[in-house]
Amino acid sequence: MPYLDHAATTPMLPEAVLAMSAHLGSTGNASSLHAAGRRARRVIEESRETLALALGARPSEVVLTGGGTESDNLAVKGLYWARRDADPARVRILCSPVEHHAVLDAVEWLERHEGARIDWLPVDGYGRVHPEALRAAIARNPADVALVTVMWANNEVGTVQPVRELAAVARESGIPMHADAVQAFGQLPLSFADSGLDALTVTGHKIGGPYGIGALVLSRSAAPVPLLHGGGQERDVRSGTLDVPAAAGFAAAAEIAVRRQPGYAPAVAALRDSLVAGVLAAVPDAVLNGDPGPGADRRLPASAHFSFPGCEGDALLMLLDARGIECSTGSACSAGVPQPSHVLLAMGVEPAAARASLRFSLGHTSTEGDVAALLAAIGPVVERARMAGAASTRR
Amino acid sequence: MNDFPGAPDETSTSLGGGRLRVLAAMSGGVDSAVAAARAAEAGHEVTGVHLALSGNPQSFRTGARGCCTLEDARDARRAADVIGIPFYVWDLAERFREDVIDDFVAEYAAGRTPNPCLRCNEKIKFSALLDKAVALGFDAVCTGHYAQIVTGPDGSRELHRAVDPAKDQSYVLGVLDAEQLAHAVFPLGDTPKELVRAEADRRGLAVAQKPDSHDICFIADGDTQGFLERRLGTRAGEIVDTDGTRLGEHSGAYGFTIGQRKGLRIGHPAADGKPRYVLDISPVDNRVTVGPVEALDVAALSAVRPRWCGPEPVGPGAYHAQLRAHGEPVPVTAELVDGELRVELAVPARGIAPGQAVVLYDGTRVVGSATIATTARTALSG
Repeated sequence: MPYLDHAATTPMLPEAVLAMSAHLGSTGNASSLHAAGRRARRVIEESRETLALALGARPSEVVLTGGGTESDNLAVKGLYWARRDADPARVRILCSPVEHHAVLDAVEWLERHEGARIDWLPVDGYGRVHPEALRAAIARNPADVALVTVMWANNEVGTVQPVRELAAVARESGIPMHADAVQAFGQLPLSFADSGLDALTVTGHKIGGPYGIGALVLSRSAAPVPLLHGGGQERDVRSGTLDVPAAAGFAAAAEIAVRRQPGYAPAVAALRDSLVAGVLAAVPDAVLNGDPGPGADRRLPASAHFSFPGCEGDALLMLLDARGIECSTGSACSAGVPQPSHVLLAMGVEPAAARASLRFSLGHTSTEGDVAALLAAIGPVVERARMAGAASTRR
Repeated sequence: MNDFPGAPDETSTSLGGGRLRVLAAMSGGVDSAVAAARAAEAGHEVTGVHLALSGNPQSFRTGARGCCTLEDARDARRAADVIGIPFYVWDLAERFREDVIDDFVAEYAAGRTPNPCLRCNEKIKFSALLDKAVALGFDAVCTGHYAQIVTGPDGSRELHRAVDPAKDQSYVLGVLDAEQLAHAVFPLGDTPKELVRAEADRRGLAVAQKPDSHDICFIADGDTQGFLERRLGTRAGEIVDTDGTRLGEHSGAYGFTIGQRKGLRIGHPAADGKPRYVLDISPVDNRVTVGPVEALDVAALSAVRPRWCGPEPVGPGAYHAQLRAHGEPVPVTAELVDGELRVELAVPARGIAPGQAVVLYDGTRVVGSATIATTARTALSG
């Protein structure tokens, strides 16, 4: 079954399954003082150290959370509240319009309920934020900015942002910056220390780890107001009994993903390039969305995103699904009623073309056979979807 | 071989007999879930689809209640998962708004009483949805309607009433033409409702105990008056008797239906002390005429936009006519004259409103339908 939706979630690495299952039968609350607690705490802290090493961070900077969405919410809301509490003038959030909904909706919630003002940072036709645009937005009033949030790499079109340059611009004015690196982790070299960021979101299930666990890497000077209050775990930033097996699985996956990344990225990029060339050969008027690359500093190595003029994305999805090929119209979170992607709209794509889009994302289990199956199917599927598109506009 | 359990054997031959690609419209209710399950069990390649008809697709994110809510979509998806078929949500809100809701409002504004379910079957389920399905390679659309398709003596597909008279929905399908019926599958027509519920339970479909929907789906609170008032505004007018004597006031003629008795709010009683009913609605002068029940008797009617489920009948013929959903069939003579259906009732009938459909039956077979335009009263005209 050709699975071309690794950006939604990717199979767990066998090593992560082993690491996780080794602890599923053990008892121990990592906050307890007795021997069982100490055993659990040791697993947590060793996992934290492994994660820190993989992320170029210090162990004390790794805050374990329930996943990417929670990390994004904690960073955006927590930093906003903390900055505003310290200075009520700081209510402006500088945000890219191509963020994942976990950031986008959190920011918009702050606007509706917490007096925030959003300054949407302009993006180019690839969905990229330029450092000059951030500098100009800050310059309008450096004193009223609460935070900057721009994702490391886009989950739909794969465009990589110049995160280090953006973070440097924010730092000039002493403004904290958060980046959602859920898609970048494991695909790109990633170092929190070198990034200049104050907060960085990652999650387990996109790198071959378990669902339901993620991390917010948080510089020690950043003190977000917590979303969850309780026992004071995780620097008092994220209360809740720690999930020992998940932490072990996450750490095992992170260690492997980062160790393999230098070899994996070019290999998966080559496979992706053959997918792109094959799709464009089969459907000559298909449009590749996002930065065409080459280069891992411009585009995620495992992702490809197309518009197929005259088709509805949901029809394409269904026809491919019926042939056993699994992909997505965008991010899995907007699955339901097909809406044109906010990412594509922000990039200046017309709504009709935005609805005519599919994302193919590769991963550690992808093979040439997966790509060949897609290339054999895509021509007839697009032709069929075009007939349906014509039928639905006929009266 | 029998395509659908209990369905007449001819069904399979008329649909080609083999494994079909069937698109099952799943509302989130019991009937469409069991219909999809039966189609899948019969060996067809079934794909479930929930139609998002709500004007605001955002309700799929915010969980608003009312027409085609997230909850209904979830129930449909849950049922599809239990059956083991792929499931998608298709957004047909724009077509639904244009072809069903706007038409509904325009019909009321013109003093008629439309039936949006017929309209939806004709324009959405067996047009917009069917066209898209056929273009995508499906052979048929399957719904949970209680009606039967059987192959007639000449090999053509015929639409018949369901075996359960209390649930029969052939009236709302009377607008389908032969081409639409050729791509329609109704797996429930041979089964009483209670058995369908029991079957849903047996199949592990969690929707088994979900209550039937009765109201107009796009008026979630059931307040048609309020809905029309929001769309059409209020417009004060007179309520008069058959002599033109002014009896009271109303805030919009569209708020009335022929045959309506309650809610007239006329201060003084009729001279004969008998209850009064709405006899006529005139949108031009915004006037509502009321009178005695006998004046509601209709002896003949003419209807427009005829649609035939099979060949168009030639010459006058004797049929049974159903004049509203869940109405009793009455014997009639009907003839097509200059594209207009002229219907004479053997016995006068009451409460017949322009805008409703007249559906003609030959025994249990649906012959066709037309939209009632004018009625000839026995008492009023006399």
